[in-house]
Amino acid sequence: MKNTREFAIKYGLLILLALMLVLFSIAEPAFLSTINMMIILQSVSIVAILALGVTATLAVDGFDLSIGSTAAFSMMTASYVMVVFDGGTTMAILAAITVGVIVGLINGFMTVQMKVPDLLTTLGMMFLLLGLQLIPTQGRSISTGMSLANGETASGTFSESFLFLGRARIFDIIPVPVVIMLVLAVITYLFLERTRHGRVMYAIGSNEQAAKLAGARVKFYRYVAYVMSGVYASIGGILLAARIGRGDVSSGNSLLMDGVAGALIGFAVLGAARPNAQGSAIGALFVGVLLNGLTMMNTPYYTQDFIKGMVLVAALMFTFGLSNKRA
Amino acid sequence: MSKISNTIEIRAIKKAFGQNTVLHDVSLTIQGGSVLALMGANGAGKSTLVKILSGVYSADDGEILINGKKADVSTPQSARDAGIITVHQIINDGVVQDLNVAENLLLDKLCDGRFGTYISKKALEAQAKPLAEKIGLTLPLDTQVSELSQADKQLVAIARAISDKPKLLILDEPTSSLSDTESIKLFEAVKTMRSQGVAVVYISHRMSDIRTLADNIAALREGRIVGHFEPPLDYDAAVDSMLGHAVGAVSHQYQSGEKKVLELIDVQLKPETEPFNLSFHTGEVVVLTGLLSSGCTSVVEGIFGMSPYALGQIVLDGKHWVPSNPTHAIESGVFMVQEDRGNNALIPDFSIEKNVSLPFLKRFSTFGFIDTKKEKQVVEEAIQTTKVKYLDQTELMTTLSGGNQQKAMVARWMIDDCRVLLLNEPFQGVDISSRRQIGQLLRNTATDRATIAVCTDIEEALEIADRIIVFNHNRLIGIHQIDQVHMPTLIKQIAAAPTPNNNNTTIEEVTDEKYA
Repeated sequence: MKNTREFAIKYGLLILLALMLVLFSIAEPAFLSTINMMIILQSVSIVAILALGVTATLAVDGFDLSIGSTAAFSMMTASYVMVVFDGGTTMAILAAITVGVIVGLINGFMTVQMKVPDLLTTLGMMFLLLGLQLIPTQGRSISTGMSLANGETASGTFSESFLFLGRARIFDIIPVPVVIMLVLAVITYLFLERTRHGRVMYAIGSNEQAAKLAGARVKFYRYVAYVMSGVYASIGGILLAARIGRGDVSSGNSLLMDGVAGALIGFAVLGAARPNAQGSAIGALFVGVLLNGLTMMNTPYYTQDFIKGMVLVAALMFTFGLSNKRA
Repeated sequence: MSKISNTIEIRAIKKAFGQNTVLHDVSLTIQGGSVLALMGANGAGKSTLVKILSGVYSADDGEILINGKKADVSTPQSARDAGIITVHQIINDGVVQDLNVAENLLLDKLCDGRFGTYISKKALEAQAKPLAEKIGLTLPLDTQVSELSQADKQLVAIARAISDKPKLLILDEPTSSLSDTESIKLFEAVKTMRSQGVAVVYISHRMSDIRTLADNIAALREGRIVGHFEPPLDYDAAVDSMLGHAVGAVSHQYQSGEKKVLELIDVQLKPETEPFNLSFHTGEVVVLTGLLSSGCTSVVEGIFGMSPYALGQIVLDGKHWVPSNPTHAIESGVFMVQEDRGNNALIPDFSIEKNVSLPFLKRFSTFGFIDTKKEKQVVEEAIQTTKVKYLDQTELMTTLSGGNQQKAMVARWMIDDCRVLLLNEPFQGVDISSRRQIGQLLRNTATDRATIAVCTDIEEALEIADRIIVFNHNRLIGIHQIDQVHMPTLIKQIAAAPTPNNNNTTIEEVTDEKYA
């Protein structure tokens, strides 16, 4: 009995994932095709990158609710730089990443220096950024040829090399965002699990006072976590802009929930019962597979949020309910 | 309130947690209209006894009689109904910050619905007023509790506690976060309660409180009542029995220090206390002792960069040194084993291995990447030299017993060489054999560093110290060499009431006298 339980905790989610793959491919053979697999991975990649960012804040026992709007704001910034200023790929990317760094620093400052609770800080930041992204364009989306506030027409365009990031496929198969996601997943995994920095971050998340008295630079690592989360979100924003080829005011809406869901489902992967990089990536994949499969089986789109919610609740029950590690 | 005196009898209470017996056969009688001071060092079993009386734990054996009748203390509610009221050490647990004084005083009534749905401010204040007056609380009743001083909050908590006519009032370290002037208010309230026939159990480490209030004293040590004192009270004897007078327990040779490592110059723990100088040397083990809040902890926390001294300087290896935080202290070779390891030292989600290596990850890392093989090996050596009993060092730290956890926490700081090793209550919650092993280890490894430990328990101090330094009310008042300890003097210094003006003479007297 005890062994069954341990087995369920450890492999439950992975078995569920495998089961889903089997069921969907029996119901709809096209599901298992390489092309569809790539579609799933591509749709998952941005969410997974955001989930990896949140993982860093979760590791220090924080939370970042502003990732979705940071991604959206970075997307708008990159688009604005290219379309309005005609700034080119490099400038657009740099500007977007700078946004992520600044948001991370402000979140860090608010939680570390001003001692505002994580949830409140990042909730406030979320609203602030959602509003701020609308102001420069008076609430409109950014695309080539849009008319500006002073009556002129924006002359810049999305450069080929920028769009490459969102649309191109390596060897004609693997989408670039998937490659970027995999690289970030590996980097995050190595950082959190293999370096002393990651080790200290987990120590802070588990017992901040003890970590501090063992010499950990608690404030510094909290900043690191928020800057990581901000930068990852802005990378997600850049990829989103590159994929849709315009600065769309509403396309970042579901990113927050999906990213957080991915990271939280990740707690259940291999019975980790803690935030972890590999889990967050698999968690995001899990959500992606589920939604793609349901779509292919013609499940109405309006049931999808409900199903996502159910999966999340079930995964959390797996992790916290069955595991006696965190009673 | 009636003047009927209640008699509370505690009979043969026993309590064990697993293998660990915390209370062996504790019996006490408390007369209504008197204050019994209950004294005991950390881990003596005081808080367990309080929790049994207030219904939080149930005793394995024994009973509690109120006026000859058995009282039901199976739950906190039934203990309250029986007339046993407890005010806990942490003031903020007893009050709701966002409500006003009147609402706090009547909180129990408000919560259980005796007030109905609509609450009139007038009715509230009318009912709260007598409660406040009973203990001499003279505050506008509509003041927000969060705006009150600590003492007033404490009084509000007490006034609320006694609103249901108590027979026994238990005060657990009520003055620990109050200033001396604030305490006076509290004493008045306690005296008022006493004159109304309430039996009071007063738990404190502050001798001045006990001298002011106590009618009787009971000393608790290792789960047994080891002394019961009636007027005229012999305070020194009470402290002596509480701390364990293990004269002759010194089994080691006095080791004089060699090289001076650390010096404290003109240090004042509080702006109003006199400055003192101390130096610490390689090869010696120095124990700071004194009752809770005597200042010992502040001395070591100052050296570890946790909270700076009011005034004074630190010299480390001949250079002026200002530790800005623990990280800086560790980098300078000053390590510290913390007290209350559950809150201050253990990482509950980490394995034994990761817990031990945490402060020195840099040593096992290249470009930030941890060499886990090396980590495993170094940790293994460290926990074997400190004799930690373990099955697998990748198991969670929380699977170890208390004594072994503590050994692992000491092992943590043995990984690297240090200049100064500080230990705050290193034997807290540690069984006797582990305690001996840790003490032995500290003495054996002390050669190249200065070792400074804080121990409230005298027996522990005698077991490991070369020099014992006594603090009392944030003042240094005695230095004793282990081979010349005169126990009565030592106890007297620990138990002394603060007399601000003659401390300097005390130091000279003690250091000049030769006891053997």
